[in-house]
Amino acid sequence: MKHRSGHLCLMGAMLWAVLAIPAVRHVLESTMTLQLLIQVPLLALAGGWLVQGAPGWLDRRLHAWNHRGISGLLLASLTGMVWMLPLAMDAALNDPQVRLAKFLSVPLLIGAPIALSWPRAGFVVRGVVLMELIATMMRLGWLYLISPIRLCSNYLLDDQQRLGKILLVAAFAILLVLVWKLMWGHVDSAHKGTEGINSN
Amino acid sequence: MAVLRTLLVSLVLLAAGLGILTAATDGFRAYTTETARRIRVREHPPLVPPLPLQTAAGGRTSFGELRGRWLLVDFIYTRCMSYCSVQGSEFARLQGPLADPLAAGQVALLSVSFDPTHDDPAALADYQRQHGDHGAVWIAARPVDQADLTALMHAFGVVAVPDGWGGFVHNAAIAVVDPAGRLVAILDWNDARAATRYVMQRLTP
Repeated sequence: MKHRSGHLCLMGAMLWAVLAIPAVRHVLESTMTLQLLIQVPLLALAGGWLVQGAPGWLDRRLHAWNHRGISGLLLASLTGMVWMLPLAMDAALNDPQVRLAKFLSVPLLIGAPIALSWPRAGFVVRGVVLMELIATMMRLGWLYLISPIRLCSNYLLDDQQRLGKILLVAAFAILLVLVWKLMWGHVDSAHKGTEGINSN
Repeated sequence: MAVLRTLLVSLVLLAAGLGILTAATDGFRAYTTETARRIRVREHPPLVPPLPLQTAAGGRTSFGELRGRWLLVDFIYTRCMSYCSVQGSEFARLQGPLADPLAAGQVALLSVSFDPTHDDPAALADYQRQHGDHGAVWIAARPVDQADLTALMHAFGVVAVPDGWGGFVHNAAIAVVDPAGRLVAILDWNDARAATRYVMQRLTP
């Protein structure tokens, strides 16, 4: 187990480094779709893997402030909200300081807290987060699809509309998977850890 | 205890998050770069650098020389086949309602090309002819080198993205520069009436 988390930590660091290579960055930032659906999720994944190598005492220390993963998931949501602003996305392309902020905050303030908090989150917290994720994807997707103006100065309108479509389709897909899991009972409603839903 | 500490951390995170979101959106007024740039310009008008330009007539002028009158500025590239071709007509049309202040030298219209390698004086003159230039003060010009182009686009907040068909997509607008050389407003590119009103209101005290 220890061995595997060390591997993940190394892979996270490598993924982070690869994403920061200018050539890779240029390709992934060339369209809005690639940036939002590939670059940002991969940056978050890098942070999530990286934190698997965190020492146990740190995890326990954080846990005392992160009941059911609520603080961590809140931190990730708030950071996500900032990067969802079209003007923040634009600034990350044009301003080196904002770019640095993006490359640091997406792994460390979105990926890492999700990885630390999700296993601790119970059925209700997970449900709230997933529903909000789906709702946000649908809201953004719809907005991108119908907006007659370009929301990002750096990207083209057809790119924005394609991203809108993909977000809507992806949101419905996640929703279907969740409904499927709920219907056929693959959901951990009584969490296997110490904190089942009943301990509320 | 963990519950209380989590509540405390969550409240602190919420406050910090709200603070950052408020600052980033100018108090929840701007969500796009374009809106943010318009608010910023309106509230803190930046000085336009007095950079030189080459005009369609082949002569030289500069943003420094053009101070002392109101300038309506748009950024163009003459090969544009889509809405920028209408942008040119809007500028030609402005010559009607603004005829008097234009003739009196209180106002000038200025189209700046962000594609200076292609838009030489001849191309700029063609552009003006095609769009029905009335011969009033409408200057079409290009920056003299790449560094000046970059500086001007930065000063006016213009971003041009290659459209994949050899052209560009850019955040077209009518920028208003006051007689002191400060960029004071950015208006919709297709709203000649708003641009006219803006200048006329400030000309007649």
